[in-house]
Amino acid sequence: MAERTLALPDRLRRVTDDTLGRHLLAGLVGAVVVVLLLSFLGGFRVSQLASFSYLAIAAAGLTVLTGLNGQLSLGHGAFMAIGAYTTAVLQRTELGLPLVVVLVAAVLVAGAVGVVVGLAAARLHGPYIAGATLALAIAVPGLAIFWRDLLGGEQGLTVPLPDVPAWFADAVFFLTATDPSSSRYVAYLAGLALVAVLVLLANVARSRTGRRWQAVRDDEVAAQLAGIDLGRARVLAFVVSAACAGLAGGFMAFVVRLTAPSGFTLTLSLTLLTAIVLGGLGSLTGALIGAGLLTFLPQVVTSVGGDVGLSDVQSAELAPLVYGLVMVLVILLAPGGLVGTIRLKRAERAARRAAAAGATASTGAPTSADERTRAASGTGATTGPEDPQHDAPPSTERKRSS
Amino acid sequence: MRSTTTRRGRTVVVALAAAACTLVTACGAGESREDAAPEPAEDVPGITEDTITIGGHWPLTGVAAPGYSEIPGGAQAYFDYVNENGGIGGRDIELVIKDDAYNPTNTTQVTNELVQQDEVFGIVGGLGTPTHSAVIDFLNEEGVPDLFVSSGARKWGETPEEYPYTFGWQPDYVIEGKVIGQYIAENMPDAQVGLFLQDDDFGEDGEMGVRQFIDDQIVETVRYTPGNTDVGPQVAALQAAGADLVLGFNVPSYTALSQLVALRLGYEPQWYYSNVGSDPNLVGSLLARFSEGAVEDDASLLDGVMTSEYIPGVDSPDNPWVQLWQEVWDAHGEEGELTNYRIYGMSWAYTFVQAAMAAGDDLSRDGIVEALESGGAGFVGPGYGPFRYSADSHLGLSGLKVVELQGGVGEELTDVLVTDLGDAEITEDASAAGDAPPENGVPSAG
Amino acid sequence: MQQLTTTLLTGLTLGAVFSAFALALVMIWRSTRIVNFAQAPMAMVTTYVALVLIDAGASYWVGFVAALLSGFVLGAVIERVVVRHVEGKAELNAVILTLGLFIVLHAAAALVFGSRFRSFPAPFGVRGLTVGDSTIPLTGFGIFTLVSVLVVMGLLVALFRGTDIGLRMRAAAFGPEVARLLGVKVGRMLTLGWALASVVGSLSGLLIAGGGLVHPGYMDSVVVYGFVAAVLGGLESPGGAVVGGLSLGLTLSVVSGYVGSEVVPLAALLVLVVVLLVRPGGLFSTVHERRV
Repeated sequence: MAERTLALPDRLRRVTDDTLGRHLLAGLVGAVVVVLLLSFLGGFRVSQLASFSYLAIAAAGLTVLTGLNGQLSLGHGAFMAIGAYTTAVLQRTELGLPLVVVLVAAVLVAGAVGVVVGLAAARLHGPYIAGATLALAIAVPGLAIFWRDLLGGEQGLTVPLPDVPAWFADAVFFLTATDPSSSRYVAYLAGLALVAVLVLLANVARSRTGRRWQAVRDDEVAAQLAGIDLGRARVLAFVVSAACAGLAGGFMAFVVRLTAPSGFTLTLSLTLLTAIVLGGLGSLTGALIGAGLLTFLPQVVTSVGGDVGLSDVQSAELAPLVYGLVMVLVILLAPGGLVGTIRLKRAERAARRAAAAGATASTGAPTSADERTRAASGTGATTGPEDPQHDAPPSTERKRSS
Repeated sequence: MRSTTTRRGRTVVVALAAAACTLVTACGAGESREDAAPEPAEDVPGITEDTITIGGHWPLTGVAAPGYSEIPGGAQAYFDYVNENGGIGGRDIELVIKDDAYNPTNTTQVTNELVQQDEVFGIVGGLGTPTHSAVIDFLNEEGVPDLFVSSGARKWGETPEEYPYTFGWQPDYVIEGKVIGQYIAENMPDAQVGLFLQDDDFGEDGEMGVRQFIDDQIVETVRYTPGNTDVGPQVAALQAAGADLVLGFNVPSYTALSQLVALRLGYEPQWYYSNVGSDPNLVGSLLARFSEGAVEDDASLLDGVMTSEYIPGVDSPDNPWVQLWQEVWDAHGEEGELTNYRIYGMSWAYTFVQAAMAAGDDLSRDGIVEALESGGAGFVGPGYGPFRYSADSHLGLSGLKVVELQGGVGEELTDVLVTDLGDAEITEDASAAGDAPPENGVPSAG
Repeated sequence: MQQLTTTLLTGLTLGAVFSAFALALVMIWRSTRIVNFAQAPMAMVTTYVALVLIDAGASYWVGFVAALLSGFVLGAVIERVVVRHVEGKAELNAVILTLGLFIVLHAAAALVFGSRFRSFPAPFGVRGLTVGDSTIPLTGFGIFTLVSVLVVMGLLVALFRGTDIGLRMRAAAFGPEVARLLGVKVGRMLTLGWALASVVGSLSGLLIAGGGLVHPGYMDSVVVYGFVAAVLGGLESPGGAVVGGLSLGLTLSVVSGYVGSEVVPLAALLVLVVVLLVRPGGLFSTVHERRV
């Protein structure tokens, strides 16, 4: 009897102790949540969730690139455009390609362009890579107009929705007694793809590759001395994030049902940046939160604007104003974003508890400093040693105690 | 200790699972499709006992906003007028106005909101060729009436079998091209013609109509993308090709921009602008500022420019329709004067009320489509020519006059010319132009 | 021939505007080592200030001066209140901050001034100059553009080389610690640097707006082109900014006229990439990268 009751938590702990296991378990839970949500919500919410899903996929890729690897890309809107246009062109041909093939093509094409851009970007840093990717974000939509015969010009290409496969329709009917529309099918796929991407990225972040990326971000010289090929690490990070953006673009093509240059303006790239900064650079949870805020908050803010008496058009501008302001405040006051700040507070509380629990004076102060840095470094370069939040308390404590 | 946490843990898991299963079953899971009972018939979305809710997308901001942003205000004013006079069968009309900034990606988003969140009965007056093209498939798939698209692209009505719920309203660009093409062929056979086109179906349809008559006179065709306000290279190309007559199928901002660039280049051809882009007051106000008020009268900056007309505008204040619109605007309009764009909004709003009245008391989505197809061609309205609505065509007005602008007023160059797509002949037919509005300004049922 | 003249003259005036913007970026870079991506919406806001005054009946020149003054104030306020906190810290923070300001200013302008496209006056006329029979596609306003950029450049050179305050600003930028010891109020010099740079940026905003349509996004692509121009000449070099701006303007105008205006941003991107990979410090640089 005792053995059987011990077996369950033990096995569970074995799963949760192993990183891969933990991530897969979380992924499974996530997939179940996605299916439940999409089965029972109305049409409008489902399309909102689909929008959230593709934005989150792109944000997750970008946060890994910028947060873990330190390369700021303002051009991910361009990779989304590449993925979206690939999807649109393939979906509109009479070949009747299965949906999976179309999306994989979008990922591959975006990834291929990511290699090229990544090679150029690997040698740039700071404002230079920002400016170059900014130029990319503006240049790519222009190509769609230049090649108007293939890519539809300013009017864009309408994207026919895929047919719902029979097995899927049956499964959804079994669950909810209604037939799923094509757009609901797309929403399911986008949600499940999001879960899969998150599991993948979480694993990569914890793997040796992820650690190499962080090493390159933190100190180039030390990384090179440790034998890490800077260029290769950077290009790989770029390709992975570009591929994510390409997948996001593919889903965007199906959700919006149109790929037009006007859908891939500078605003899109800046929106992605805002999402990852608000959530916390380098944190996948942060990317989710950021994408969620940017999908669901605008409507709330707009209705608040309407209540205050602003016209519809003015209220629509309120949302970017709010999240722009929040982004500025976050960078100034809490560069770790939402997730980074929470982790920092938790670490501080833990450190305070450890110090109060009677650790010796000489070990008390450094522990709190270490914990802080450890907590903060998981969220990206912006909370590195130069950040003023870390300067004062530990050093003064140390001085006083000695 | 461990065993109790395990037991508690297990109990929690089992309880959660049970709850989930109950929830899911309650929502209808577990049946196969054959066993499920049929769904009850639903109410018509957007229609209640006292209201009819309709909506549309317009560029309230962005490059196409000058002029076009006023259109929904005109429609709203007319609907308020009708509501005051009893509404449609006792129901008040509510118009939901959404901004898409002439950006097709936004159009899909706001149209989605209108159909799924606001649950409108139908979309009316959706504006823009590139923008509305993005949502026409969606609307027809969902069976949402898509009435009186504010654009002259032929796809809104050429193939009702493909888009059964979509109806155009204004004369399409093809027939406008035909009319001006014929005029040029007859009156200016030696002109070297250049085309200044918006880079989408708007420009393409206009070009198609024009080429039917003067294909050999065209020396250069240039296109612009709405959103890119630099049209220097395009106008320079027209000048370099030696075009002395330029036909522009473009939105009002680009009328102003092309005029501006031509001034810089010292290029002075004869201009023709499509009726959607040629309002002299609007373009004049945009241009007047550029010359820093050197020219006093705004509207005269477009003197000598040719365009076409198909409904009476503010330059005909004695027309009974314009008097009706003035009355409506004075009573229900927001701030500002009555302009041609507001008249445009009121004009299709009038047609909507006509169609809804004709569909009868138990208004339904299919019902209004039926009413337009069977009776629309006979609707009496402000248009100079008749509507072409039938089971084979969902295109709207068919009559235009070519005019030349002088001091903001269009001086007639031709009579009312009526035609249709393709090889249809152009005939002079002013019969529909003389119709007067009903006494109280509200169309009657039937 | 006609088209070539048009293209080149357009390129020259466009290039002058890029030079002005690039100059603003260079000044800020030299003083605080930050690329101010928010310079574009800052210029847009000051142009709207001018537009509001002109709408209310003031003459163009009143609006012009108001725009430059508000540019001065805006630059100073932004540096002192916001940017000061990220100076000297991680690069990423500063870039993200200026982008955040980009978004905020954009939305605030749309909220306060409206998003409609408005026309903006151009002094000295918008007709091309007539020489005998033909017309040179250069307007009075175009000449004004070229002249004003040159005048501004001259004033800045005079300021930095010839005046005491210019010397102090340069000292604050190159050796802040030593400058502080010598009594230079470094913080105030940095603020002044941003304020002056913002004035130059506002000028470029007014020059682009003149004779065209203004809306909250009208300067957005200029930040990219201005940045490319600044990098082309070298972020350290004001002279380089001007040369970079003019050459970029000419190049892009040629691309626009002979290939198509849709690929102009792509051409700018290619120029940028080539410069950064071949000569990362810009055409006029003497700095070499550190290799391990």
